Amino acid sequence: MATSALQGAPMPTTDDRTTSDGDLRLVGITKRFGRFTAVDDLDLTVPQGSFFALLGPSGCGKTTTLRMVAGLEQPTQGQVLLGDRDVTGTKPYQRPVNTVFQSYALFPHLDVFENVAFGLRRRRKKEVKADVDAVLELVQLEHLAKSKPGLLSGGQQQRVALARAIVNRPSVLLLDEPLGALDLKLRRQMQVELKRIQTEVGLTFVHVTHDQEEAMTMADTIAVMNGGRIEQMGSPTELYERPCTTFAANFLGQSNLIQATVTGTAGDDLLIDVHGQRVTLPRQRSTVTDGRLWLGVRPEKLRVAGPDDAGNRLTGIVTDASFIGVATYYLVRMPWGQELTVVQQNDGTPPLPPGEPLTVTWLPDHGFGLDATQDEHAGAEAIDPDAPAPAGAAR
Amino acid sequence: MTALAVHPVPGAEDGPPDDADEARAVGRKRSTPYLLLLPAGVWLIIFFAVPLVFLLSQSLQTGSLTTGYALTWNFAIYPEAIAQYSEQLIRSLVYAASATVLALLIAYPLAYTIAFRAGRWRNLLLVLVIAPFLTSFLIRTLAWQNILATDGPVTGALQALGVTDLLRGIGLIDGNKLLGTPLAVVTGLTYNFLPFMTLPLYASLERIDPRLHEAAGDLYSTPWTGFRKVTLPLSMPGVVAGTLLTFIPAAGDYINSQLLGSPSTTMIGQVVSGQFLRVLDYPTAAALSVVLMLTILALVTVYVRRSGTEELL
Repeated sequence: MATSALQGAPMPTTDDRTTSDGDLRLVGITKRFGRFTAVDDLDLTVPQGSFFALLGPSGCGKTTTLRMVAGLEQPTQGQVLLGDRDVTGTKPYQRPVNTVFQSYALFPHLDVFENVAFGLRRRRKKEVKADVDAVLELVQLEHLAKSKPGLLSGGQQQRVALARAIVNRPSVLLLDEPLGALDLKLRRQMQVELKRIQTEVGLTFVHVTHDQEEAMTMADTIAVMNGGRIEQMGSPTELYERPCTTFAANFLGQSNLIQATVTGTAGDDLLIDVHGQRVTLPRQRSTVTDGRLWLGVRPEKLRVAGPDDAGNRLTGIVTDASFIGVATYYLVRMPWGQELTVVQQNDGTPPLPPGEPLTVTWLPDHGFGLDATQDEHAGAEAIDPDAPAPAGAAR
Repeated sequence: MTALAVHPVPGAEDGPPDDADEARAVGRKRSTPYLLLLPAGVWLIIFFAVPLVFLLSQSLQTGSLTTGYALTWNFAIYPEAIAQYSEQLIRSLVYAASATVLALLIAYPLAYTIAFRAGRWRNLLLVLVIAPFLTSFLIRTLAWQNILATDGPVTGALQALGVTDLLRGIGLIDGNKLLGTPLAVVTGLTYNFLPFMTLPLYASLERIDPRLHEAAGDLYSTPWTGFRKVTLPLSMPGVVAGTLLTFIPAAGDYINSQLLGSPSTTMIGQVVSGQFLRVLDYPTAAALSVVLMLTILALVTVYVRRSGTEELL
């Protein structure tokens, strides 16, 4: 079994690593570069053994946060705690934390085996060979142990970088856009593999990415970061189904955000006026309970209404219909001029041509209400999962 | 170290070219490297290969400048010349090696600072490294005569610090003089060849991805261990290039010993120049040149093999 040696190995118990059990906690952490505040009074707890993603656009402070955990940057204020141990101010080599760098940063003069063995040798571990062999088997690179990194493909280098970090069994493994340099197909494949490896070795993974799909595929918990702060944190489902800010609603998937006003309540529901039409929204699905709000609905939650569908209804004119096989993407112009995006599953009904009137419907439980003072486009322009983040841009 | 992609010659993989134009184009492409090598090749043949043959031939000739020389295959000149001047030969190698080590010790921290720590001062510092080339080698060495002069500031300072006694104790200088001692010659050699050490070192250090330092730190290396295990090995091509560029010319140098040394510090370069220009014993001078060349070649071959940096170069 590939992982038996790793799983069987005791956690590091060298004197400076006695408290490696436990959660990673960031307490009130702030990082300023000159006048620029990269990370702004951030509090964060990453439970041990979880796969945690810091998701945000370039420059949101996610990489800086990661580097402060690694010890490569020191926070201007605040503390970094691993379990009960305050590691703020310690050097990277004093922390039981390892990083998979964005560009991998493999040592070009050492072969794959020695790259992976590097951390073990520095800590004068015994049985380096067994540990390295086990981890190379885990990432399926046994056959390349004697190759120099320069001769490997991007995906193989990525695995070496991962192996080099996890072989040390760190308390926290940091991944800085680890899949950013890979092509789309390989990236999807590595996402599955990273998740498998994380499950097998049971280490805490903190993963920085600007790719929302990557974060959703792998992470148990996602923190959406923007402007040095955490916008919202939760499981992928929570974040997707119930975003709390317009940024989260737009950055994680797409949202139709409609200007609306709360006119009253009926039981647990808010009664909402959308440009003269009455719709409802469960009270606990809205961050505001009176006055103006953004009413949000995901495109795939909007359906082409049949004659006797219950739920909220709005009628507009089809301006564009793109049939992509599994679904049809509609743009539907509402009477007040806004175009809503509707994703209609291919259930056999022929797509409606542009110019036809279309009534969309959604269940009240699928809507969400957001603070009307927020920018409805926040986070929308940042979606570009395939664009590599400029190096160091997040700093 | 990332190998440059080798682009196949267009047409080479498409089977035989189907018309004459294409064939000519391919032919031109194939001849390009040779054309590019031509000027340097011609230059080397005229100014290196041909003189080298002359030199070898000269060393095996007998006669005198007045009666003329004849090629008599006088191989006996080699053991004679070596026996007579082995002291100067060995001294040259020792001085050159000392200067190389000193230059490496001075240049490495300098190149490291310029490459990784200089920030916006980087270019200015690089200009300062090569600034001495703006004056002639001879003038700079003469300036060292003043610097090391017996009543000069350096001698005074060393004396005040008590270093002079120490240096005298280990036999590097005699009396209170610096000038005319081995120390002065090695100092001059070190100074004169320092840029040749610094620039290759800088070039190889500058190529190292700074993220490798972060990766080493992240993998439990103290800064010093990270340096030993990552930076130093990756800078070895620069170390090898720099030491060769310093050692080889320093071993044959005759200016520093002549201007800063004394008869007891005579180097082989001085002997060769003296034999050619004053004694007019051309065969001995030529033989000594050949011996120096072969000795350096042998040393350099062993050195490059042992440092094992072929694949990094």
